Amino acid sequence: MIDRRPFVQKILKNRKPNLRVISGLGTSTWDIMSAGDNTGNFGFIGAMGQAIPFSLGLATSQPDLRILLFTGDGDTLMSLGSIATVANHPVKNLTIVVLDNESYVETGSQPTATAGKTDLELVSKGSGLSNSYTIRSENDYDKLINTIYVEEGPSLVVAKCQAKATPLVFPHSFDGSVSINRFMSSIKS
Amino acid sequence: MTAVTKDWRDDIYKVFKDLDITMVSHVPDAGHTPLINLCEKDNEIDVITLTTEQDGVGLSCGAYAGGRKSALLMQSSGVGNCINALALPNICRIPFLTLVSMRGEWGEFIPWQVPMGLGTPKVLEAMDVKIFRADYKEEVGSTVDAAARFAFNTNRSAAVLLSQKMIGAKQFKNG
Repeated sequence: MIDRRPFVQKILKNRKPNLRVISGLGTSTWDIMSAGDNTGNFGFIGAMGQAIPFSLGLATSQPDLRILLFTGDGDTLMSLGSIATVANHPVKNLTIVVLDNESYVETGSQPTATAGKTDLELVSKGSGLSNSYTIRSENDYDKLINTIYVEEGPSLVVAKCQAKATPLVFPHSFDGSVSINRFMSSIKS
Repeated sequence: MTAVTKDWRDDIYKVFKDLDITMVSHVPDAGHTPLINLCEKDNEIDVITLTTEQDGVGLSCGAYAGGRKSALLMQSSGVGNCINALALPNICRIPFLTLVSMRGEWGEFIPWQVPMGLGTPKVLEAMDVKIFRADYKEEVGSTVDAAARFAFNTNRSAAVLLSQKMIGAKQFKNG
């Protein structure tokens, strides 16, 4: 099982200029912020389930950028249909990484469906995302980096993670209008 | 004032073109079908079929973050699905435009359509969405134009309710 915080930090270390990073509610947002403040990040702190459709909209609008979404199993399970929408309106530049710890860690570690019988890789493949796979170790770093920067998307990678609480690392601002305008300035520049 | 052409859906399409709206997402409704067809024929407009209306809210916001304007088309029954998602354009002050074909009001046949028909304005108001309403074909173009400008100029959420009186209430026959 992957230790998510250092793994996300490693992925975002030395990130390329063409990468923009979105994170879903909520630990994923603290994860990407822990890798250092970057105007090319936009983190959800609410609107659960909307990170995947948001990333699809962004990716279709900016085909020359690589769009990377980190989100959790809870956020993904809330909007499984959005995976079908991504699959049927394919974008080559989108990678969805589901940091799957099989639990709602922030609310008391209640188990999610992926702790039971649900396999998000199979859900994704069944939804039509052929480039879907699962990683269980940090050793798959190079494979994942290749997916993020090189492979033709859309891709969905289930990263099986340890279910442990991690420190909250807040973004530059909790004000969504500040966050989105800052992020948009990274696209215009 | 947008000129009235042969069909009020043509007037909406003209607003999309005038304001450079290049993405249209929807959970389909018969009232929107001619507009969806017009958009699908246009290579400059991305048409995305959703599995649930709420995903159109996030999609629209992501498109805007990437520099594109979009509109979400849905039936009134879909408005309730969008409540929590509407927090996203609200808190981020992202312009959001939706066109809602109304059911459950004028001459409705299906009782199941009534609760969300009655609830639609209340739900939108509860989430700070500015409501515009078109009851007559002649006012559709100008109303959609006004709602779109309100959304994109003031960075707010706007909905146009397209009345069932105008769309026409379908009378179903058993068998």
